[in-house]
Amino acid sequence: MLRFIVRRLLQLVLVIFALSVLLFAWLKSLPGGTVSAMLGERATPESREALTKELGLDQPIPVQYWSFLKRAVQGDFGVSNGVQPGTPALDLLLERFPATIELSISALLVAVLLALPLGYLAARRRGGILDNVAIVGSLVGVAVPVFFLAFLLKYWFAIELGWMPVSGRQEVGNATRVTGFFVLDGLLTREWDASLDALKHLVLPAIALASIPFAMIFRITRASVLDVLDEDFVRTARSKGLTSRVIRGRHIMRNALLPVITAIGLQTGLLLGGAILTETVFNFPGIGNALSEGFTKRDYPVLQVIILAAAGVYVLVNLVVDILYAVVDPRVRTR
Amino acid sequence: MTTTTPETARRDPRGAEPLLSVRDLTVTFKRQGEDPFVAVDGLSFDVRPGQTVGLVGESGCGKSVTSLAIMGLLPDRGNTVTGSVELDGRDLLTLSNKQMRDLRGSDIGMIFQDPLSSLNPVVPIGRQVTEVLERHKGMSRKSAKPVAREMLHKVGIPDPDRRLTEYPHQLSGGMRQRALIAMALACEPRMLIADEPTTALDVTIQAQILALLRELVEEMDTALIMITHDLGVVAGLCDEVNVLYGGRLVERGDRHPLFHDPHHPYTGGLLSSVPSLEGDAAERLNPVPGSVADNLPWTSSCAFAPRCSNAIERCREETPAAVASGDRVLRCFNPLGGQASPAESEEDRR
Repeated sequence: MLRFIVRRLLQLVLVIFALSVLLFAWLKSLPGGTVSAMLGERATPESREALTKELGLDQPIPVQYWSFLKRAVQGDFGVSNGVQPGTPALDLLLERFPATIELSISALLVAVLLALPLGYLAARRRGGILDNVAIVGSLVGVAVPVFFLAFLLKYWFAIELGWMPVSGRQEVGNATRVTGFFVLDGLLTREWDASLDALKHLVLPAIALASIPFAMIFRITRASVLDVLDEDFVRTARSKGLTSRVIRGRHIMRNALLPVITAIGLQTGLLLGGAILTETVFNFPGIGNALSEGFTKRDYPVLQVIILAAAGVYVLVNLVVDILYAVVDPRVRTR
Repeated sequence: MTTTTPETARRDPRGAEPLLSVRDLTVTFKRQGEDPFVAVDGLSFDVRPGQTVGLVGESGCGKSVTSLAIMGLLPDRGNTVTGSVELDGRDLLTLSNKQMRDLRGSDIGMIFQDPLSSLNPVVPIGRQVTEVLERHKGMSRKSAKPVAREMLHKVGIPDPDRRLTEYPHQLSGGMRQRALIAMALACEPRMLIADEPTTALDVTIQAQILALLRELVEEMDTALIMITHDLGVVAGLCDEVNVLYGGRLVERGDRHPLFHDPHHPYTGGLLSSVPSLEGDAAERLNPVPGSVADNLPWTSSCAFAPRCSNAIERCREETPAAVASGDRVLRCFNPLGGQASPAESEEDRR
């Protein structure tokens, strides 16, 4: 098990390295370039040349990459020149990333806590009202674009009804920062109002972001439970006179969860795409928001550090999924 | 273990009050856009305490459906079960789900055909044994463990301490079936239903499992319903044999008379399709020709007639009644040496 984890962590380093090469090459090939982005279209040729030299952009690309890599290993990813000019890109990442992680975890919790029980019930009452309603609901969840759903939620529940805040992450101004996860910070420092306020800000974005993962996880749970219900070992469990609670938990769900875990892992990786849209609509200060701003302002250091971090998280999540898989399925362990 | 050999019945249970009494059991499956399918049609038989009864027939004769109906394990929807299944005078068909749950695993145990798919792949063997004890004996997981260990030992699993923590995929086919037997017998049920328990196993393992089953039911004085298509299995195990065809009983008798002097042509056909070591190697086996797809409806004929070497005209026109003479029951117009049955009367048909 330990060897397995170490091997996967080494793979993580390789993936990040390969991605950094690709990312660097791609950013360099984009039209416009850093200099135009920093100085504007109407800068004089002299000042352009001076800045090009200063940034080392006149060097061959492999040389540029090497110096990028050297600095990156020391934690220097350059300075933001668009999103928050003057702030080191890494600091910006560290400030914004917890917001996105908090939002993603909330969305995932909403999706999983709804999808698992509903998927199970829909399978048990196949063809029933609940089954049909949930299937249509999950279709809608996939079909409605995230940004549209986000707008609808914001319009109804924040603007029209006023139940939830319209935008941002927190309104309590003097909240103490500990981890950067606002809900957790409030709990740690016993600033309950700050925690509750941060939670309220999470509700609508989390629901919007949860729509697609919910639909996917629900569908896979339902199909997986249907498969397991037909298995001989479920009949064996019933022949032993076990209670429905034990049959459901130990015999049906523990087996049905295997494909569901994979689905949850994949959906977690895809959350970032949804987070860009959701964070933009709710003006939620996470990396999704920073990413879209970084693109429009050609803030290459910020883009680089965010994309690398996101890729790292994606690989890490899949590592966790693989470990979970081995925990749940003994057949994977002995292989 | 007692000194009985496979050739002698372990005791004469006749005269004892039946433990399980199945009367007119009929199971009908609804089919979309088609006539309902009668899988079991008016089946009656008794199982006395400690007795081993065989239900024999080929695929589709209703033997597995019978066992699932007794256990209350048929799907909730899409079928109707009529008749009665009395265990100690209590009709199981009228019990609530909860009452049946209390009964399954504690009064009646069951083992199944394919030991690998019948075991939960992600739960250790030991847990799958202790959970029955926890459920029915009110034991804690901890106190059930030594009992489970003892049970694995009893069914001949070597190194039970290690096996308790292992998973089904780490066991061989024979070990898996032993583990299933351990689960089914953990609460010392008065009755065990074995549904083709050796079909998925190697021939050498089959013999071991059958010997184990015989030893255990004798030791624990458990009644056994053995469901099989294999008359070889019946020969070594059963006191009484019920031969089923198309959901109905066609012949019943004690093992010896039935084997030495089969009256129903179907029983005769099954017996002559079993290879024998004593016979001439060049002698060809005589399978029963055709398949269940050729069956006629029982309501107006003998279902077996199209495949029967003894069929006469009457077999296609009337339904033979099941008639008892002594310990023998026969349903045939033109038997191999017994007394022909009369046609089924309106009253028989109900």
